[in-house]
Amino acid sequence: MAKVKVYGLPFSTCTARVLACLHEKEVDYELIPVNLMAGAHKQPPFLALNPFGQIPAIEDGDLTLFESRAITKYLSNNYEGRGTKLLGGTVREQAIVEEWCEVEAQQFNPPSYAIVQQILIIPMRGGTTDASVVESNLTKLSGVLDVYEERFSKTKLNYLAGDFFSLADLHHLPFAHYLFNAAGQGHLLDSRPHLKAWWEQISSRPAWNIVKLNMKK
Amino acid sequence: MVVKVHGPPYSSSTRTVLACFVEKGIDFEIVPVDMLKGEQKKPEFLALQPFGKVPVIQDGDLTLFESRAIIRYYAEKYAGQGTSLLGKTLEERALVEQWLEVEGQNYNPHGYHLLMQLVYATKLGMPQDEALIDKSAELLGKVLDVYEERLSKSKYLAGDFYSLADLSHLPFAELIVNATDKGYLIRERKHVNAWWEDISSRPAWKKVMAMAI
Repeated sequence: MAKVKVYGLPFSTCTARVLACLHEKEVDYELIPVNLMAGAHKQPPFLALNPFGQIPAIEDGDLTLFESRAITKYLSNNYEGRGTKLLGGTVREQAIVEEWCEVEAQQFNPPSYAIVQQILIIPMRGGTTDASVVESNLTKLSGVLDVYEERFSKTKLNYLAGDFFSLADLHHLPFAHYLFNAAGQGHLLDSRPHLKAWWEQISSRPAWNIVKLNMKK
Repeated sequence: MVVKVHGPPYSSSTRTVLACFVEKGIDFEIVPVDMLKGEQKKPEFLALQPFGKVPVIQDGDLTLFESRAIIRYYAEKYAGQGTSLLGKTLEERALVEQWLEVEGQNYNPHGYHLLMQLVYATKLGMPQDEALIDKSAELLGKVLDVYEERLSKSKYLAGDFYSLADLSHLPFAELIVNATDKGYLIRERKHVNAWWEDISSRPAWKKVMAMAI
């Protein structure tokens, strides 16, 4: 079987999301680096893969796909019989997976992205962190994480969508990794014991251990 | 069994769900939520949707929230009924997912700012942020440039078939075109405009727009 081609960078959050999925599904891939520093993602060869000029994009046989959360869904469906099941076992379980995938995309991601952007990315590019943006997004994110804590505490479930690991948990890995480590926001876990237990469990999975080797701690 | 949809029928994300239900021929009942009185932040509502956002559905013993999760579930569950909204093959489904993510990640954030500023700010007694309006319009324009290119080669976003990926754009586009002065963002892009004319004239969408405000 031909390897899946992933165009991206191993330390980039959205690429890491796809790589984590590939490892969980035990699907072979080839990572083709995209030179972001040189603006390669905004140039024609890459734009043919993703017209929005964002990494990652994948090629699997004839199919070209972008948007990391669409790629992970496709991989989970197309390689259903291999590796970890990532969409639950029934249509009903999948509905709850979809629900918490959307929560990650719409509630967790925006403030997490803003915080990581301010604390890690902007200074790396020579700019200054805007503390008020960090603060307002920490407030938003804290509210979201309170809901997660409440859910884990009330339901006694080990994972977001049920008692099984799924894309709903996996999608959180890359930004949470930077947020709780390099961006110094591990305190968000301190007052939330169930959230902390969930994080420790999902971030110590073998597939994630491989992917995070290439990410700054 | 009738699905209960908790949300005001004027809410964009509620309309996304209603459009899907009408396309699929799913019977539903709207349970209004008075957002101006903050009903969505009260304990009874939070018991259904802990983030205090609309819509949330109840279908027997299933409670489900996040409009894009709701439409994916029902499009899958009722795949054999009503309009097909997920394509016919695994590859087509992957493209539907891709453009649904584009809507959620690239189109929605800018559309949200524009509509909050231009439609809801005055209603809620908040001052308008001109810089945010201009920036959002500019960024949405850049996103729609990519749509223009895509729709010049493909009748709908995921291919030559209507899908959830097109449907999820309807509510914001409706407001942008008909309730703000930024309608040109859609109208002045030939293929985006043709696509908008097509999808907004679907009977299911017209039915949703006719529901009580």
